[in-house]
Amino acid sequence: MTTTDIVTIATRPRMERQPIRRLLARPEMGALVAALAVMIFFSLYTSNFMTLAGAGVWLESASTFGIMAVAVALLMIGGEFDLSAGVMTGFTALIVGVLTTNYGLNIWIAVVISLATALGVGALNGIIVMRTGLPSFIVTLGTFFVLAGIDLAVTKLITGQVSIQGMAKVPFYDTIQPLFGSSIRIGGGVFYISVLWWFLVTAIATWVLLRARAGNWIFAVGGALNSSRQVGVPIMKTKIGLFMTTAGAAWLVGMISLFRTSTVQANTGVGQEFIYIICAVVGGCLLTGGFGSAVGAALGALIYGMVFQGITFAQWDTNWLRTFLGAMLLLAVLLNHWVRTRAGGGR
Amino acid sequence: MSVNTTTTVPIVSVKNVGKRYGAINALSGVSTDVFAGEVTCVLGDNGAGKSTFIKMLAGAHAPSEGEMLLDGEPVTFSSPRAALDAGIATVYQDLAVVPLMPVWRNFFLGSELTKGWGPFRRLDVKQMKSITYTELDNMGIDLRDVDQPIGTLSGGERQCVAIARAVYFGARVLILDEPTAALGVKQSGVVLRYIARARDRGLGVVFITHNPHHAFPVGDRFLLLNRGTSLGDYAKSDITLGELTSLMAGGAELDSLAHELERSMGPDSAIVQELEKEAEELPEAAREEVPRPAAS
Repeated sequence: MTTTDIVTIATRPRMERQPIRRLLARPEMGALVAALAVMIFFSLYTSNFMTLAGAGVWLESASTFGIMAVAVALLMIGGEFDLSAGVMTGFTALIVGVLTTNYGLNIWIAVVISLATALGVGALNGIIVMRTGLPSFIVTLGTFFVLAGIDLAVTKLITGQVSIQGMAKVPFYDTIQPLFGSSIRIGGGVFYISVLWWFLVTAIATWVLLRARAGNWIFAVGGALNSSRQVGVPIMKTKIGLFMTTAGAAWLVGMISLFRTSTVQANTGVGQEFIYIICAVVGGCLLTGGFGSAVGAALGALIYGMVFQGITFAQWDTNWLRTFLGAMLLLAVLLNHWVRTRAGGGR
Repeated sequence: MSVNTTTTVPIVSVKNVGKRYGAINALSGVSTDVFAGEVTCVLGDNGAGKSTFIKMLAGAHAPSEGEMLLDGEPVTFSSPRAALDAGIATVYQDLAVVPLMPVWRNFFLGSELTKGWGPFRRLDVKQMKSITYTELDNMGIDLRDVDQPIGTLSGGERQCVAIARAVYFGARVLILDEPTAALGVKQSGVVLRYIARARDRGLGVVFITHNPHHAFPVGDRFLLLNRGTSLGDYAKSDITLGELTSLMAGGAELDSLAHELERSMGPDSAIVQELEKEAEELPEAAREEVPRPAAS
């Protein structure tokens, strides 16, 4: 048997993958470049953006979106959406608020119940999506509205108001508040613990994606579900786990917002689900699944935080934020499309 | 090159198997053997029952009649997993790869190697990369970069990665579902070479195809299917490429097609002339073995 053909295909001219090319093909490259550009722009344009005080403000702003964007990115890499992620942040905070202020439950127990409920709703999302084969977009749109309705109606029914008051007076509030809402002063800036949570979540997510079996499975179920099933990837476990992770992250963000402000509105989080998706896509996630990065999503959230606060520092009309986000999203999608056709999809 | 078929026990032997889906008879009376170090080709046109046949071999469907022997012992597979555990691996047309994932991740997908314990159990990336490289190298595929997405490989190369994966994970019998169907001439040649490689490593290969020109050079045994029945199970010494081709093409069917077109297009039309000529050139034996389709 000759080996001429084998040699032919081995030496066939193909994309030579120099380090630079490889770096450019990383999903988070676009977001990194954009984040640097935004940072440099506002640093030059406004005087207080690049100070410790300014950094504390935009990091805090980015942190809660960052935690959610990273979780949503994992879910999107796994090929699914979760539109209920935004309202879930309010839902979890309201559970704690109502259980403690109205029923006098121990705050630690309330926090745990809140987490369990969130994970339950996440699992339900996952089970419905996997059992019926319906698009997660529709299923979680349903969950979104159900939860949004419950948030308003139940809060009003039980407390007679549309927000929770008096959280700070709940016994043992001070034992749990530092975990989610504390801050330290460095120079003139106030840095919240949520920033640490954000970094931690990003680091764990990155490790899982790139170095754990679960990460392999996440990429696989998002990239080619049927193939994954054929080679024995536990697709149910993986996908349901992803929905639960997103719900768990929403609980974390719910706790952060509850314990930072010691109050929560019944409509908290509504409409933010799209911002998470935008951050994930700007960070290099493909809408079709199978490609993306946690660091990218965190950078996407950083861009959001910097622009959100930068516009305020520059004293522009904050309504421009949405226009900017939309433009960023379009650019990111075009860039992703280009990268995919170059690096992955085609021959 | 090939093991003497009369002295060894076939790894897999099917005897008169058939499959009914309700009232529909998808397949009946099919017998063949798969020996270690041999290639058994399953040939047939669309709808001949090839996929029903491999689904039975692969454990996806249980046969409704006949029996299957594994190493001479009767066996029934309850699931594809059971067949896989018995060493029967199937490479389907979609290859079960994830295009955007690197070659090495695809190679170990679902059976990842890990190191460490508890929450720190992590992928053994170095080990997996080196095994992927070595295994592909053993199959004669020299990929310098196992980190490239598998989607950047050509169709033939992807097919070969799928074959190498099945071999590495302990397959004794490799079922290849139309591996050359979507490939060009050159790429098909590459895949045929890898089939020969797998055979030379002692695997029993079941090669499903509708192309006798692909089957004949690598095959040791040929099972011909047509409309859910077996047209015969031939050893290579009992059949020539010409006979194989005409059996596949269905000499009698070609005849009747020519007659049919004669009525609708006129006896002088180019296509009818062509068909008649082709039918005449076929060996006589081929035309008689194929039952004439019932007049409709």
